[in-house]
Amino acid sequence: MQVENLTIDSVREGLARRAFSAVELATEALRFAGAENGKTNALLEICGERALAAARRVDAGIAAGEPPGPLAGVPVAVKDVILTGGVRTTAGSRLLANYNPPYDATAVIRLEQAGGVIIGKANCDEFAMGSSTENSAFGPVRNPVALDRVPGGSSGGSAASVAQGTSVVALGSDTGGSIRQPASFCGVVGVTPTYGRVSRYGLIAFASSLDHIGPFARNVKDAARLLGVIAGRDPADSTSAAAPVPDYLSQLDAGVSGLRIGLPVEYFKGLASETGDLIAKGIEVLGRLGCKVREISLPATEYAIACYYIIATAEASSNLARFDGVRYTCRSPESGTLSEMYRNTRGEGFGAECKRRIMLGTYVLSAGYYDAYYLKAQRVRHLIAQDFQRALAEVDALVTPVSPFPAFKLGEKLADPLEMYLSDIYTITCDLAGIPGLSVPCGRTAQGLPVGMQILAKHFDEPLMFRLAHAFEQAGGVEG
Amino acid sequence: MSSSVEAGVPPEILAQYEPVIGLEVHVQLATRTKIFCACPTSFGAQPNSNVCPVCLGLPGALPVLNRQAVEMAIRAALALNCEVRQRSIFARKNYFYPDLPKGYQISQYDQPLAEHGSIEISLDGGKKRIGITRVHLEDDAGKSMHEGFKDSDRYSYVDLNRSGTPLIEIVSEPDMRSSDEAYAYLTDLKQVMQYIEVSSCDMEKGHLRCDANVSVRRRGADRFGTKAEVKNLNSFRFLKLALDHEIQRQIAILESGGQVMQETRLFNVATGETVGMRSKEHAHDYRYFPEPDLLPLRTSDAWRNRIREETPELPARKRERFASEYGIREYDAQVLTLTRAAAEYFEKAAAASGDPRTTANWVTGDLMGLLRAAGKDISESPVRAEDLGGLVRMIARGEVTGKLAKEILAKMFTSGESARAVMAREGLEQISDAGALEKIVEEVIANNPKQVAQYKAGKAAVLGFLVGQVMKASRGQANPSMVNEVLRAKLG
Ligand SMILES: [Zn+2]
Repeated sequence: MQVENLTIDSVREGLARRAFSAVELATEALRFAGAENGKTNALLEICGERALAAARRVDAGIAAGEPPGPLAGVPVAVKDVILTGGVRTTAGSRLLANYNPPYDATAVIRLEQAGGVIIGKANCDEFAMGSSTENSAFGPVRNPVALDRVPGGSSGGSAASVAQGTSVVALGSDTGGSIRQPASFCGVVGVTPTYGRVSRYGLIAFASSLDHIGPFARNVKDAARLLGVIAGRDPADSTSAAAPVPDYLSQLDAGVSGLRIGLPVEYFKGLASETGDLIAKGIEVLGRLGCKVREISLPATEYAIACYYIIATAEASSNLARFDGVRYTCRSPESGTLSEMYRNTRGEGFGAECKRRIMLGTYVLSAGYYDAYYLKAQRVRHLIAQDFQRALAEVDALVTPVSPFPAFKLGEKLADPLEMYLSDIYTITCDLAGIPGLSVPCGRTAQGLPVGMQILAKHFDEPLMFRLAHAFEQAGGVEG
Repeated sequence: MSSSVEAGVPPEILAQYEPVIGLEVHVQLATRTKIFCACPTSFGAQPNSNVCPVCLGLPGALPVLNRQAVEMAIRAALALNCEVRQRSIFARKNYFYPDLPKGYQISQYDQPLAEHGSIEISLDGGKKRIGITRVHLEDDAGKSMHEGFKDSDRYSYVDLNRSGTPLIEIVSEPDMRSSDEAYAYLTDLKQVMQYIEVSSCDMEKGHLRCDANVSVRRRGADRFGTKAEVKNLNSFRFLKLALDHEIQRQIAILESGGQVMQETRLFNVATGETVGMRSKEHAHDYRYFPEPDLLPLRTSDAWRNRIREETPELPARKRERFASEYGIREYDAQVLTLTRAAAEYFEKAAAASGDPRTTANWVTGDLMGLLRAAGKDISESPVRAEDLGGLVRMIARGEVTGKLAKEILAKMFTSGESARAVMAREGLEQISDAGALEKIVEEVIANNPKQVAQYKAGKAAVLGFLVGQVMKASRGQANPSMVNEVLRAKLG
């Protein structure tokens, strides 16, 4: 078996044919990850013991004649902001360098109950803040497609691991594009579900009202299957939705002829030509499949970045307050007073991007500034959501590029945070509105760099989003 | 400002000023579990044993609101005549402190659970209405321990058992005009909270905590003076001491031509003075914003109405009813409604006796005396309410004298038996047998010739003396109405 080419279907088939056992597969996946991970630094921790224990449970179930779970034996990488009890979970931060959480995230429990085998913890930007995975305290991740380039971020490790083959599917988290953008940079499928669709219990919070857990996979069907496993109401997360989880696979092949597709004009202005050309080709493919494509307007789009960086940083400044040196593993020594301990611990522990966002968030919530920034941003957020509501009443889905440009070189945008923030210009509106979004590979540039096409749908309309992406993928996507 | 200026402001100067006081009271709700997790709220457990990822504030943990806490908070708000909002929201109050594991408290800010209430307090000179600005829900922090460990010189310890305990904060309007009014307000507030069983209000355990906003102004002035917030008023005595001290301090400052600073002051129990905290320590900007981990709290009409219907009669209402329905004295009504247990005891006993006024006397007098001497609460009374009622009924029917009844009650208190059981055991049953009575009467007539002669000469009042002698001779067991009859007959 070649682990780097497996899909969930091929794992299921292999186990069914007894071509390999789950333990054999896990052993090979661990060997491959051990041998290859150094090239990309996608995984921070390879959890052999836990993986083999999970694989043994799968084999025992099969031996006992039980029907295998939907992810039986499938090697999975889990972003390191998602808690794995007993396995070090760092959030890419020095502050949690030796943090061993006492419990599993709900998504982790569900994926292991479905037979999933967690191979490793995926590297990421510190506390999921970044667009290149260069903000990890444990070194950047390299894009397996072009090792001198970034994999995107903040879930760069998850995307790179799936692209590289050290896992078959992966969990990431998305607050402003942190799943779709790295998926597009690495040429894999990435899904941001509707807000509330997947429990956030056990996800180390960046910005609670924007955070989502979602899947990475090498094809749309695998992503849909993984989402089906982790989705659903969780009493431990008050914001998780009660709506029943549909069978995402049953409608995949229902066809897309007659679907109405909207192209938001604001997302195509000033687009780099190569990315623009590839997306245009992708849209042509959808047209050939029978979709009715038309332009549409989302006028509040131009305020999205400002709105996002106010709300996200405000929530982050509060969520990250708990890392104060009192608990967890990191405390600055040699502090004479309480406030010195706070300042030294946080000053030494947080990286530059986290500090920037904590300061920004603290500022916008401060007395005298709250109304002008936070409150106004909440109103803009409402307008953005209304834009989508109006547009998605006229069309079934929206199609846009994922990012204005493909994977950039390591270090290229580090010096200019504003330039870096622009990577997410097309992805953050989806998080602000709480609607589902997906990135599906849409050809490659002349240099061979992947480009992703974004599909956005109504709240809880993941079935339609998957159907459209699957049809596009089955039609061969875009050559190049 | 040095503390010397505070010493002894003359009464005639004090009288020229009017204090303005508002209280912020935190009440710990008597829920079984914490406000956002399922950990028990029990007191006195091993440090850091009643904890879980949520109340430890671990990364990734999320709050889930405890329905019982909301019900209790609504009950409290309704008892304080507040309007409970249909939609209220939780907000994060951000500040750093070692016993605050999340780095923020989950509280409510611009949209609290309830607003616009009031409570009528009883003062010596009558009643006064105190406005309630708001009632909101929040979680408590843990506890820092700075003493009692062998390395306490270098380290502080944190116990998070209390972290996540549900609290309501009750904020009053600045409607109080003296420390006595503040004292009365806190007393009545505590009584209401205990009545509706939302809190045990045990101040020693921190179930009831109080901060005060205090300012003074010249009598007749329209505008409030600059206020100071006085913290750490965690007993009724301290509340009064601290307020009196703070009022005098502010007046002394104004009298000496100074200005009161807006600041937070801490009451020092040892010195009886309030002391300003360094301004840096309280210059908090809490950066409130809506808690994104919780949905807005919605309360339906049906829910609020059900809670309203289930709320027991409140003390003020009960006092009035006792006075009007049972015709008992206002003071007795006050004593009998101090606690719900006393009121319930009285009503049960009164129903059994058929004579509420006499029952009230017996409960507030003899029974409470016995309870006090035994150090017991009325809820633990060895004499059941029905049995006390039975005893009172016997007095009313003339089956026992009041004097004997006192003895019987004391024995009932010791044994827990009914009056009849005590009387049977002690041979204290009434002598209603005509033959036996006649014998005693004859003896008394024979032993008191002088009084008998006076009676026969027309001095009817002497009959009372002779009745008393018969009662005495029968050790109080003679049926008093029969004694009268038999005496009259024998005396012709
Ligand atoms: Zn707990």
